[in-house]
Amino acid sequence: MSVAPEYYVVLSAVLFSIGVVGVIARRNPLIMLMSIELLFNAANLALVTYARVWTNNAGHVFAFLVITVAAAEAAIGLAIVAVTFRRTPFVDVDEVSALRG
Amino acid sequence: MIAFWILAVLMIASAVFTVSARKPVYSVIGLLANFVCLAGMYLELQAEFLAVIQIVVYSGAILILFVFVIALLSSGVRPFDVGPDRAPRIVIPAAIIAALTLIAITATALRTPAALVRTPVGSTGDANAFGSVADFGVALFTTNLLPFEVTAFILMVAVIGVVLIAGDDDAVTGARRKPRRPGKRESIVKDTVAR
Repeated sequence: MSVAPEYYVVLSAVLFSIGVVGVIARRNPLIMLMSIELLFNAANLALVTYARVWTNNAGHVFAFLVITVAAAEAAIGLAIVAVTFRRTPFVDVDEVSALRG
Repeated sequence: MIAFWILAVLMIASAVFTVSARKPVYSVIGLLANFVCLAGMYLELQAEFLAVIQIVVYSGAILILFVFVIALLSSGVRPFDVGPDRAPRIVIPAAIIAALTLIAITATALRTPAALVRTPVGSTGDANAFGSVADFGVALFTTNLLPFEVTAFILMVAVIGVVLIAGDDDAVTGARRKPRRPGKRESIVKDTVAR
């Protein structure tokens, strides 16, 4: 690792912040889901960085699990978006209130 | 060193593009660039298997899923990609929240103990080096076998959930819906009302 691990962690934090902006500021549900993927990836980068720092590949396994959960989340989220859109076409998540409790 | 900075700049640029693109398809392109750069970053961090998984699972599977859903939804009555964003009304609070997140994470990261092992542990590509496929496989299938099984369970639950959510209702319940004859119901209603 020629670069200090702090750089990787700060990069991960920057990516996470960009993802947070995407989740908060966008209304398109697909772009919101993609921003959530950005969040997952930022977390993964931090995990892999610390795995490398401590030369412990538990971090790799953890990142693997995160990737799996992200895949499951994307599949279910996209299914919900597709079904909701099929019932009532929308482009704005604020219009969707069918799941409101 | 140079590779890190190139990848970092590319990743931040593609992330910004993903978040700020007008159409979801452009976002997918930005996300693809981001994922590929992240795979390069994993290689630099000696996580070979994760780099491959990043390409295969994220760029290969998840993004294709996104593209399929975009194509599916765009074939509907309304174009899917139009619509107002909350910007600039909420972009400022969002930026503030993101800046706070950034400061918090960075401060915590820089406060972690500095006794970091920075010795090279085998070069990337060696058979049994840290982070190689063999190394990862041993870790995954011996010490972390239970989490791996849980992963399989999560995927199964996700698949069943997707089928339940998006699938045809009849296919799930096993009920067979009678073919609907247009006009029949109206006539029945009319008869009932007439009586």
